[in-house]
Amino acid sequence: MNEKRINLLVDLARVGIIISITLALVFLIVFLASQEPFVAIYSFFIGPFTSIRRIGNIVEAGAPLMFTALAVIIIFRSGLFSMISEGAFFIGITGAMIAAIAWRLPFPLHPFGAILFGGFCGAVAALIPALLRMKWSVSEVVTSIMLNYVIQFLSIYLVNYHFREISSSSLASLLLEPTAKLPVIFPGTRIHVGILIALAACIVLYLFLYRTALGYSIRVVGDNQTFARYSGINAAKTMLFAQIIAGFIAGIGGASELLGMYTRFKWTSSPGYGWTGIVVALLAKRNPLLVPIAALFIGYMNVGADIMARSSDVSREVVDIIQGVMMLLIAAEALLGGFRQRLIVSAAKLEDSLKSPEIKLKQEKGV
Amino acid sequence: MPAIFSYIFSVDFFFMWIRVATPIILVALGAVVCERSGVVNLGLEGTMLIAALFGVLGSYFGKGLLPGFLLGIASALVVSLLFAFFHLVLKANNVLCGTAINTLAAGLTVFVLQMVTGEKGTSASIKSYSYPEVNIPILKDIPILGEILSGHNLLTYLAIVLLFVVMFLLFKTPLGLRIRAVGENPHAAESVGIPVVRIRFIAISICGALAGLGGMYLSMAYLPIFARDMTAGRGFISLAACAMGRANPIGVFVSALVFAFFDGLSNILQVLRIPAEFVQMMPYAATILGLTIYSIHRAHSLQRKHS
Amino acid sequence: MTETQEALRLEGITKVYPNGVIANKDINFSVNVGEIHALSGENGAGKTTLMKILFGEEKPTAGEIFIDGDKVNIQNPSDAIRLGIGLVHQHFMLVPSLTVTENLILGIEPVKGLRIDERKARDQVSEISKKYHLIVDPDAKIQDLTVGQKQKVEILKTLLRGVRILILDEPTAVLTPQETKELFYELKLLRSAGYTIIFISHKLNEVKELCDRITIIRHGQTMGVFDVSSVSEEEISRLMVGRAVKLKVEKEAANPGAAAIRVRGLTILDDSGKPKVKNVSFTARRGEIFGVAGVEGNGQSQLTDAITGLGGYQSGSIEINGLNISGKSVREIREHKLSHIPEDRMKTGIAPRLSIENNVIADKIFRKDFNRFGFLNLSKIAAYGLEMVNRFRVSCKSAQVHINSLSGGNIQKVVLARELSSDPDVIIANQPTRGVDVGATEFIRQELVGMRNQGKTVFLISSDLGEILGLSDSLIVLYEGEITAYFPDASSVTEEELGRYMLGVEKQSDAEIRRAVHE
Repeated sequence: MNEKRINLLVDLARVGIIISITLALVFLIVFLASQEPFVAIYSFFIGPFTSIRRIGNIVEAGAPLMFTALAVIIIFRSGLFSMISEGAFFIGITGAMIAAIAWRLPFPLHPFGAILFGGFCGAVAALIPALLRMKWSVSEVVTSIMLNYVIQFLSIYLVNYHFREISSSSLASLLLEPTAKLPVIFPGTRIHVGILIALAACIVLYLFLYRTALGYSIRVVGDNQTFARYSGINAAKTMLFAQIIAGFIAGIGGASELLGMYTRFKWTSSPGYGWTGIVVALLAKRNPLLVPIAALFIGYMNVGADIMARSSDVSREVVDIIQGVMMLLIAAEALLGGFRQRLIVSAAKLEDSLKSPEIKLKQEKGV
Repeated sequence: MPAIFSYIFSVDFFFMWIRVATPIILVALGAVVCERSGVVNLGLEGTMLIAALFGVLGSYFGKGLLPGFLLGIASALVVSLLFAFFHLVLKANNVLCGTAINTLAAGLTVFVLQMVTGEKGTSASIKSYSYPEVNIPILKDIPILGEILSGHNLLTYLAIVLLFVVMFLLFKTPLGLRIRAVGENPHAAESVGIPVVRIRFIAISICGALAGLGGMYLSMAYLPIFARDMTAGRGFISLAACAMGRANPIGVFVSALVFAFFDGLSNILQVLRIPAEFVQMMPYAATILGLTIYSIHRAHSLQRKHS
Repeated sequence: MTETQEALRLEGITKVYPNGVIANKDINFSVNVGEIHALSGENGAGKTTLMKILFGEEKPTAGEIFIDGDKVNIQNPSDAIRLGIGLVHQHFMLVPSLTVTENLILGIEPVKGLRIDERKARDQVSEISKKYHLIVDPDAKIQDLTVGQKQKVEILKTLLRGVRILILDEPTAVLTPQETKELFYELKLLRSAGYTIIFISHKLNEVKELCDRITIIRHGQTMGVFDVSSVSEEEISRLMVGRAVKLKVEKEAANPGAAAIRVRGLTILDDSGKPKVKNVSFTARRGEIFGVAGVEGNGQSQLTDAITGLGGYQSGSIEINGLNISGKSVREIREHKLSHIPEDRMKTGIAPRLSIENNVIADKIFRKDFNRFGFLNLSKIAAYGLEMVNRFRVSCKSAQVHINSLSGGNIQKVVLARELSSDPDVIIANQPTRGVDVGATEFIRQELVGMRNQGKTVFLISSDLGEILGLSDSLIVLYEGEITAYFPDASSVTEEELGRYMLGVEKQSDAEIRRAVHE
């Protein structure tokens, strides 16, 4: 067995273990907490597939996660731990709201412009912690999280003071212009053009990372910044670019979520897609092409949790618990590390016994 | 503008300042112990939140303050050990591990809250206990000073005591020496047989207990109830205070006071006619600003050394 | 010695690392009480791994350890220390911001109540340091000590813990000759006090001077045990390397041309404002290997960083091929035909989790061959990766494997491939053969000589005296950031002579040093 095969085997085993633990956890929590565990379990696992509308819900739930997961992937790949995808997504929503209410444009141009503006807002947001880090080495982890709070309050302020629907008792913006809305593509669901943008973004980002010089530079910088500098790659500039791209993607994600799913801005706090995007990114092994699958899986669990909360006595926060546990398990690099080591040792021994010492010696000398 | 100053230079403001500083001091001290052992604990936010809820539940089910205290601390320890196990043993990155803990805590607290009280917002419907307020003899009778410094919560005074305890622990005891050695050069510590992982487990646990106290302060002192997401970023602000104080207890104490100042200010400004969102934003903006100013200052002093 | 008693025996030790590298293969090793026993072998032969296993820092894949005839199970360093085994690492295991006393008592702190008994700690420290003539200031911070003093602290650390078997891992690598002499005196003192010492070294003259017996390992296997007095250096080196070491590199006389690197009045300060390079001026010319000799830490790193654009400098000027590099980026300097083989290949020279082919193009992604309007030409990159792997004889399964799955020598070949294939005029080679096996070492040296024969400039920094004297055409010596000597013809210099300049015992006249400028 060669190393690639061993790694693949171990990775598969890891995914298996993680999913089993997650499932066991769902059962455990439900059976501990619920008077009607079977109803709850059924709603959670089967519920999402019981109607076209619900299947549509899975896709709808997955779409925003694809954007934030892509943002997280680019950020992590560049070697930073900025948590700005949450804030960039939310400011993207806000930017798109402004464009969708204030601008007067015909149909395809209006959503196009609004989404670009949302992306622009996201990029600016993502740039702030990155710039602070580049210029004065301020820890991007803490500043990005603080900035997420600032963005949340700033957005709500904008809605509350400048775009508020006066007649509404709860916080809601004015109606978005109909010309700005993203059309639905599957009748009977709310699946909208945003999902196509998300899928396209996954492919474009994959090509970007693996087929362009800038994508290459990002991978080098993320792997070893000292080496990047030494080879003549401008590490600081590359990282900044990565943040801008990530912020832009999260921003268009927020914008397309608003324009595809809502008629008004109604959020009273940041919706958390950025955080969930981390789980999706990790689940997709930081590979953009695997993001749709991972996002749909997490989307499915969220829809399941919603259905369960409506039809039984178990609240939907189960899904947050599960996501937390999954994140822990995926991040645990040493999980099954011993197993991998044993496989490699036995493979090395086998290889060794197949060779006579002379050949081995020659190989080591590179003759 | 003068209106602001008259608010700031009031006895009430100073009293409020100390009140809002308490949780940040407690948690930042925890962060110091952790950081000195070489671990940046990004799960502090979640640890606080869990302790805040379980403290309340403990006092509700146990019908007293002591069960609340014990359950609160125990829950914080469990969460910390979970973080420690995944970070130290299973080698999970601390940012991811911390984020996971925070996500888990946010979900778990609401889930448990709803199971116990039937509500998802606050624990107002159940009767829980709070830590008592303490009037300090003699001090309380001194005008102004007494009004500012006396009558605070037990945990506030405990925070001051713990400041000195942490200093003693770090700089005078064998455990402290080992924590500092492990944090600065783990290989050196390992080479003389100091179990690095075990020392870090201990440091993370101490940090967890302090974060637990900080969390319980929110739900059993600052407010008498638990509310979902009530930590509101204080765990991260404490981390920022720890960084700004260079993981030195006194420096961290001062930094915590600086950040708390803006928290206190936001309480005062609510009276003035400033949009509520800007007031709420202030502690977070101040943290970004504070960290940035500190980092610029550090960069400059490094440069000055150069020339 | 009338009767020999076995202190330690290792039987059948095998170690396979997670990346599949076999470091030790069925090694047997035994040491007697009260002897200084040399463990010799080339870089990468498996000496350090073996000692880490003995000290509990690595777990053997197979094999057994006996102490005083009893089988023991060493899980971690504390087990080893409890069994009386102490290891002085090649890279010191000290905490810089703590004092000597704090470092020494770490883990065995005397206590009074809850707190550390500071007075008792100091007394213990000064008592043991007097007893074995290992004198250091107990209150000094480690970061303020010299290398020799730090080593004393390391030895004291083991003695204070009641160790009977002392392992020293290449202890003289970082020492000046004076410090080495002092160390040997102290070690002999310890031997007469009944301590058992394992001395890991590949410096044969030192082994001859100090040790009683020697065990030689090669490619992770034992090659034999000998009385040092009854075996010649020739024989030892043959066993270590497998054939006679050819220190002299065959090359024709140099034919230096125009100036390629011009350094004038260069001064570099470190973070704390201490000068690391002081007013250094020289010219390295085309068609020569220009050597920089010196004990490590005498300004070589700062000088290379400045020339390659990685680090700054405070005053003076550097010209590469006529380009003043002040304010120029690494990329601009590299585009001016400069290549750089870095000192620490793992930290600086590679992106470990990227493939070999991705590593060899890192300095070339802006070039038209690989980059069309920002898009990578993957098929060209793959072809190029394959070509490099073949030309530089990198032994690997394919050019697509992660580079960190290769051995040290092969990784260095990849670095060399990248740097030499970018058509450089000036090659900065910093410790190019460190930690590399013999085959690769020879290959790398030949490639460097080949470059020089093509009229390119090789700027060689090496702390290996044999290498610097064998390869260089002309050379300067750096001592405490200053040039203490310039030799226009390196072949006329002896190691002894070079050593005196390296240690600051002698210094040439200003006029002699001035010759390095060639003006």
